[in-house]
Amino acid sequence: MPVAESLLVQMYERMCLIRAFEEAVADLYRRGKARGSAHTCIGQEAVAVGACFALRTDDYIVSNHRGHGHCLAKGMDPGRMMAEIMAKTTGYCRGNGGSMHIADVQLGVLGANGIVGAGLPIAVGAALAARLRGTQQVVLCFFGDGAANTGSFHEAANLASTTKAPVVFLCENNLYAINTPFRSSLAVENVSDRAAAYGMPGLAVDGNDVLAVFEAVGEAVARARRGAGPALVECKTYRWLKHSVMTPLDTRPAAEIEEWQARDPVVRLGATLRQSGEWAEEVLAAEPKARSAIAAALAFAAAGAEPEAARAYEDIYA
Amino acid sequence: MRELTVSQALNEALREEMLRDPHLFLIGEDIGGPGGMFKVTQGLLAEFGPQRVVDTPISELAIVGAAVGAALTGVPVVAELMYSDWITIAMDQIVNQAAKLRFMTGGQVSVPIVVRAPTGGGLGMGPQHMQSLQAWFAHIPGLKVVLPANAADAKGLLKVAIRDPNPVVFLEHKGLYNRTGPVPEGEHLAPLGKAAVLRTGGDVTLVATSFMVEHALAAADELAAEGIAVEVIDPRSLRPFDLPTVLASLSKTGRLVVVDEGHRTCGWAAEVVTAVVEKAFYDLDAPPERVTAADAPIGYARALEEEVLPSRAKVVAALRRVLGLPAPAPASAR
Repeated sequence: MPVAESLLVQMYERMCLIRAFEEAVADLYRRGKARGSAHTCIGQEAVAVGACFALRTDDYIVSNHRGHGHCLAKGMDPGRMMAEIMAKTTGYCRGNGGSMHIADVQLGVLGANGIVGAGLPIAVGAALAARLRGTQQVVLCFFGDGAANTGSFHEAANLASTTKAPVVFLCENNLYAINTPFRSSLAVENVSDRAAAYGMPGLAVDGNDVLAVFEAVGEAVARARRGAGPALVECKTYRWLKHSVMTPLDTRPAAEIEEWQARDPVVRLGATLRQSGEWAEEVLAAEPKARSAIAAALAFAAAGAEPEAARAYEDIYA
Repeated sequence: MRELTVSQALNEALREEMLRDPHLFLIGEDIGGPGGMFKVTQGLLAEFGPQRVVDTPISELAIVGAAVGAALTGVPVVAELMYSDWITIAMDQIVNQAAKLRFMTGGQVSVPIVVRAPTGGGLGMGPQHMQSLQAWFAHIPGLKVVLPANAADAKGLLKVAIRDPNPVVFLEHKGLYNRTGPVPEGEHLAPLGKAAVLRTGGDVTLVATSFMVEHALAAADELAAEGIAVEVIDPRSLRPFDLPTVLASLSKTGRLVVVDEGHRTCGWAAEVVTAVVEKAFYDLDAPPERVTAADAPIGYARALEEEVLPSRAKVVAALRRVLGLPAPAPASAR
């Protein structure tokens, strides 16, 4: 499937935006400007962007605890996301949820989730509902290699397959569940090998190659949309930073981290685009453009008000 | 008025709501052909088809999770779990997801699901099938908890629970399914958060939930023979809970007995007694009494099950204690 370079440029810009957003988040926590915890996705930008760009605008995504990239890739506003992380009333969730619960249901982002694996059956239900309403919408469900070992994964995969739900399971395999290597948690080579057990196609791709992700997810989405049922796409990638901003230890080998940093998905797409020359100006401008967007997001978040204590009792019941 | 079993009343509620909302769907184990373990969904697969009556693998977590996901997109769902004991398998989706999603998203969504499950003891199926876990759910902000005690309420409360935009845990006592009762023809709704005063009386207030209402009414009959007037109140929903109706009764009677089939420690009966002591301590003429399942698993053998669960005799004994009457003669104790 040939991909227009103009689309690749948009992908590059979005990946730069995610990178700048996550750097700013890590910086906020380093400076003690945000509370609780956050999980950054630096190094994994190609997965979020390649996958979300393969969707129709009215398709749904279900995200997880490491969800900032997914949300930005789907088109959420970095200012309101940053405001949520800084616990402001101007945030997407009015400061009730924070980093792990960012959602924009209008945009089809059914929510990040603080419980590993919980999003998978939620995605299947949203898909069954879409089919019932006859909207031809597809649900893309992001989860990590760690979540692939929860009962939730297995129940959801089986239910999706037996009901032929229009859902695409996207495993973002960053090789570690906090500090536990996925090799010691899985008895098979790939998470995608497990798809066979549920009678659905499974495919592993280079998650640092945005085009490979885009094409694999695009095919799975088209298949789901025409009623052929779910698929499992595994994107092999790596997070550059430790599990979360408050995780005390990162025991991954330094050489391994460096090796993956050398495979930077943003640099890689930038290099591809510069080769053609036609979009050199846009490619050059993408990073500073992202930085200024994030500066504006930080300013928007800083200007927001913190919730009044009485708000604790709002939004519990509809 | 016509009489229906509780199973038939629940079935009618589901059918009417499915006709009313073309997107409402049911999901659960064995709910299609067989119509569920207690026949509540009988005939619905044939009428509405497999997209609206979704038979699933044995996957409680995914059943409730799928209901939550559909609800997030605005499609209401009734999930059936075969026994309420097994809701424990789906607790993450109920407690961490359904109950909190509206709050966590700053009010962006509501989660219009009903999780139905047969509950309670008396059938001799042992420790993993006979429990009453309502207090677990009543503990969680964001959930509503409903327990009907008769056929009319089974229909009216389920219809209202389905239309409620919030997640509702709807617990149907297994001892009730075959009980018959009058159910009005046509549209019949019963509000959540409004207790039913089933019998009026000025001597003692008896609050009872679900199947315990049957014991409560029988106990009230028994004491009526001695000239004692028992006021029997069925809260119908534990969350929201109609405390004002209980307090109004107490201001008249000054005496309270609460009957609930959950275990004693941290149970729902403890919550009612606490709320009453906090709000109406000076209305009390005697220490309140709780009649609950004992703090022991529900054993398989009849003697073990009967020892642990509440009974009419245990309710009578508690009523006599709060009234300062002598214990009944041993012959009438069972």
